[in-house]
Amino acid sequence: MPSDKKVQGSLNFHKKMAFKICVVAQMDQLSIENIRKDFPILSRKVRNNVPLIYLDNAATTQKPKQVVDAIADYYLRYNANVHRGIHALSEEASEKYEEAHLKVAKFLNAKFQEVIFTKNTTEGLNIVAHGMYDRLERDDEIVVTRMEHHSNIVPFQVLARKTGAKLKFIELDKFETLNLESAEKVITDRTKLVSIPHMSNVLGTINPVKDIVDIAKAHGSLVLLDGAQSVPHLPVDFADLGVDFLAFSGHKMLAPMGIGGLIGKEEVLEDFEPLLYGGEMIKYVDYERATWNDLPWKFEAGTPNVGGGIGLGVAIDYLSNIGMERVHKMERELTKYTMERFSELDFVQIYGPPSEYRGGVVSFNVFNDDGELIHPHDVSTILDEHGIAIRAGHHCAQPLMRAMSIPATNRVSFYIYNNYEEVDKTVEVLKEVKALFS
Amino acid sequence: MNNIYRENILEHYKNPLNHEEMADATVDFEDTNPVCGDEIHFWVKIDDDGKIKRATFKGRGCAISQASASMLTETVEGMTVEEVEELGADEIRELLGVPLSPIRLKCALLGLKVLQGALLKYKGEQVNKR
Ligand SMILES: Cc1ncc(COP(=O)(O)O)c(C=O)c1O
Repeated sequence: MPSDKKVQGSLNFHKKMAFKICVVAQMDQLSIENIRKDFPILSRKVRNNVPLIYLDNAATTQKPKQVVDAIADYYLRYNANVHRGIHALSEEASEKYEEAHLKVAKFLNAKFQEVIFTKNTTEGLNIVAHGMYDRLERDDEIVVTRMEHHSNIVPFQVLARKTGAKLKFIELDKFETLNLESAEKVITDRTKLVSIPHMSNVLGTINPVKDIVDIAKAHGSLVLLDGAQSVPHLPVDFADLGVDFLAFSGHKMLAPMGIGGLIGKEEVLEDFEPLLYGGEMIKYVDYERATWNDLPWKFEAGTPNVGGGIGLGVAIDYLSNIGMERVHKMERELTKYTMERFSELDFVQIYGPPSEYRGGVVSFNVFNDDGELIHPHDVSTILDEHGIAIRAGHHCAQPLMRAMSIPATNRVSFYIYNNYEEVDKTVEVLKEVKALFS
Repeated sequence: MNNIYRENILEHYKNPLNHEEMADATVDFEDTNPVCGDEIHFWVKIDDDGKIKRATFKGRGCAISQASASMLTETVEGMTVEEVEELGADEIRELLGVPLSPIRLKCALLGLKVLQGALLKYKGEQVNKR
């Protein structure tokens, strides 16, 4: 039996912890308000002159002043093509563009030569699909999951069709998480590539990447990680995860559209075929043949998106300043709160796993008094009239929606500037939606 | 507020007109909008003189697509096949009488698209009969 003293000590400890958690939550609230000041768009009014509540961050995030200023600065002060001109502007632009690669490398714990700038996740996934073309024989296997975004399934459908390889799927448990037993079965010695999303844009599930890597590596397969929803929201350590490729989009992490990244292990990229050929990616060109430039430039043919790259670098500075652990924690708290508030509404059904297993994404449907589904388009139209921007539809995951036997869902998704009042307001409007359609 | 969901639209959505299968239909046709998963099935009875005697529908989807289909069944009664073929976005906007964004317009047009699909199928069958 514990002595009274011990009990008292433990009580004090819990009190202290509770106090600490409370203080942290308050601090986060404070810093959320500070963060919001960097995003002028968040003080905008929309529709019937109501304040904007932006909850569509899995589609794209808003941009802080710092990022927009850095891009403007490039275009207004040192715009030039990179790696070409021997003049001041070109040197400045090249230096900043390379520095942006370095920032990404540091942010994701990769080497500089492993960081390829692309226009988005989709391009990164296609570079890998294209590079796999020579590496597949008939009856080899490509493995993806049942929770894929269209951009992580369509390139591989085409690749399978062209090479005679088979496309196989890791199954889900209760439409919530990846079933690792299924992964064990589906991945075999014939598997040449396993491609999974780090975090589902529909269910919000954060997948156990290392477990999948272990299985894939035991069979000698390459692993591609679709980081579109994870790189913006969680600490991601490329070297530690052990994947061969990691693709992400800048526009989902405060940076402008048209810039993203594909990180690839140096030894894999060395003899991987690029998708685009042309200027910038070559070293020596004859009329008959050419040799490829060093990494990462071999994969960046043509004039790149220099302003976008610089913007991405500044977005990473912004996120690193907050700290990715903290970003993840803030979003997790808000997601947990949202799921609790939504669970109070008996006419709302939430999809996906408990909050411990997910990032800042909550997909749900709303039902009327007769238990009939209120179509997500109607739900989002009414939310929109209150200034609340959410996503409604199949979220580029038609196969998953069909498997779940639902036509579509509503989805709220968070970022560093979302606060608890925005969730409360959403809950109020959802009650209104139900009333209107009952 | 609630600009789009005027009383008449909600009324058509909650209590749609001619919302049933038609056993003696001349022709029927079904289609979906893959973007939002909306489904509509139309049944049409056509007179010997090429006039729509009755149109019915069943479906699943958002209030706009279902209300628009419901209103259409009423509107097209007595119209000729050719007249229905000439209906377009302007007429549907007018019928609904609410502001529609481009995406919501697609919802609103699904019923008309399916109905016109049915008529096209009917004409094809007529040609084959001859
Ligand atoms: C999981 C996932 N993969 C890939 C993508 C594609 O990203 P992008 O459209 O920026 O190429 C998205 C974006 O919605 C996503 O959520």
